[in-house]
Amino acid sequence: MNKEMKSESNLEKLLSRGEFVVTAELGPPKGANINTIINKVKILKGFCDAVNITDNQTSIVRMSSIASAIKIIQLGMEPIIQMVTRDRNRIALQSDLIGAAALGVKNVLCLTGDHQSFGNHPSSKNVFDVDSIQLVKMFKDMRDEHKFQCGEEMKHPPEIFIGAAANPFADPFDFRPIRLAKKVNAGVDFIQTQLVYNIEKFKEYMKKVREMGLHKKVYILAGVGPIKSVGMAKYMQKNVAGMDVPDKIVERLKKSKDAKEEGINICVDIIQEIKEIEGVSGVHIMAIAWEEAVPIIVEKTGLLPRPKP
Amino acid sequence: MIVAERKPFDEIKEIIKDKKNITIIGCGTCVTINQTGGEKEVAILASELRIAKKLDGDSVNVKQLTIQRQCEREFVEEISQKIEQADVVLSMACGVGVQTMAGIYPDKLIFPTLNTISMAFPDKPGFFKEMCIGCGNCVLCEYGGICPITRCSKSMLNGPCGGSRDGKCEVDPDIECAWQLIVDKLKKQGRLDILTKIKPAKDWSSSHHGGPRTLIIEEAEI
Repeated sequence: MNKEMKSESNLEKLLSRGEFVVTAELGPPKGANINTIINKVKILKGFCDAVNITDNQTSIVRMSSIASAIKIIQLGMEPIIQMVTRDRNRIALQSDLIGAAALGVKNVLCLTGDHQSFGNHPSSKNVFDVDSIQLVKMFKDMRDEHKFQCGEEMKHPPEIFIGAAANPFADPFDFRPIRLAKKVNAGVDFIQTQLVYNIEKFKEYMKKVREMGLHKKVYILAGVGPIKSVGMAKYMQKNVAGMDVPDKIVERLKKSKDAKEEGINICVDIIQEIKEIEGVSGVHIMAIAWEEAVPIIVEKTGLLPRPKP
Repeated sequence: MIVAERKPFDEIKEIIKDKKNITIIGCGTCVTINQTGGEKEVAILASELRIAKKLDGDSVNVKQLTIQRQCEREFVEEISQKIEQADVVLSMACGVGVQTMAGIYPDKLIFPTLNTISMAFPDKPGFFKEMCIGCGNCVLCEYGGICPITRCSKSMLNGPCGGSRDGKCEVDPDIECAWQLIVDKLKKQGRLDILTKIKPAKDWSSSHHGGPRTLIIEEAEI
């Protein structure tokens, strides 16, 4: 194993040699239906370097991220498992990571997680034993210090590439780069941001990030995604915390003949602008329940073919 | 203080269904201030029960009584004669009071009439905001006097999460984002640098997660 590599994942290899990476997102099914995974992989394979599998996103019960990841590996794609701290304590989180790593998972995204009140089981207890930053640190210490969170030594540490999320648009706005610095100090290897629609605000954020030298310590992937309709744009504007959708985007969709097509074009335009921002190492395409849009976006942005790791 | 809210009347009526002799006991401390279980509220519930039973063509004998605190042996032991004839005792105290009564009078049916909510502060009259969940290891000095464990919906020690918007929590627009408050406060105090350090994972064993706690104050032991 290359001593400098932490996991030798494709994602890590491509980022370390300076490639502009593309990751995508896959939502697992609400049932024990493996065909959903198989079909989504068919759509995405060859169009991204690695794919995130969400972890009971929005607190709605779905097939587990790790189970989905194992299938995805079998199908020849590289997964990024997502782990939220809402549902599992440090015992389960460490246990799941070891299991995932033993079965070939090499990338993990550490998140605090949406509150359970958003989902279909609002009467459940939540856990939140640790937060996302403590989770990053816990996994880093397992990997590099060979220690469990309790301090006990571990013989076979997981070889994983550790990611976290960043939201340049949530409040308090000024504090966000400081919080990113905390994640960097905790040991994070890569960051995927919340969806970027307000390019100016994102540039402002990245300027601060560069001033703090953080872009040299962590790979930052900007979150992008196509909006299907004016209704969806308005919903995201008003109802999704931490999302900044400027009115001009809503206007573009309103004026278009085909909102879906325009949504893709807007996404492509945003990616083209993002490519020019210093300190951004790639994009993370979130096409919620519309994985078919990913190949179109990647192709239109001139990001094909994907480089071999 | 501990705050509670009155259970819906129908639930209470169901609890005392076939009973004839009911004694309602109020508590003169927290729930009196909270206006849910004091002398006044005892009188209101007593009237409600009498009226409801009358409308059903039924009879009921309701006695009323309020003691200083239902969580103290001294006050609870004094009323033994007063509840002797009761088929059921309805306690208008918080969960601590109900259980104290139930423990001292094991042969009596002691039922609650309140849903105990939290340890709270009246931000304005009638608005009781949860402030402390009793984690057993207070770290308020590190957060500008605002508890992230209680007042952040995710109990984050390295917040905020990505759902903070306009100073509100993603869970409910009526919930203030504790982390907005913490950042603002520490900024004002010129102590924002505290938040640049990573707070390690909490030891929850001092909280209820470690099991129901018995606190021993040696100086108070006899």
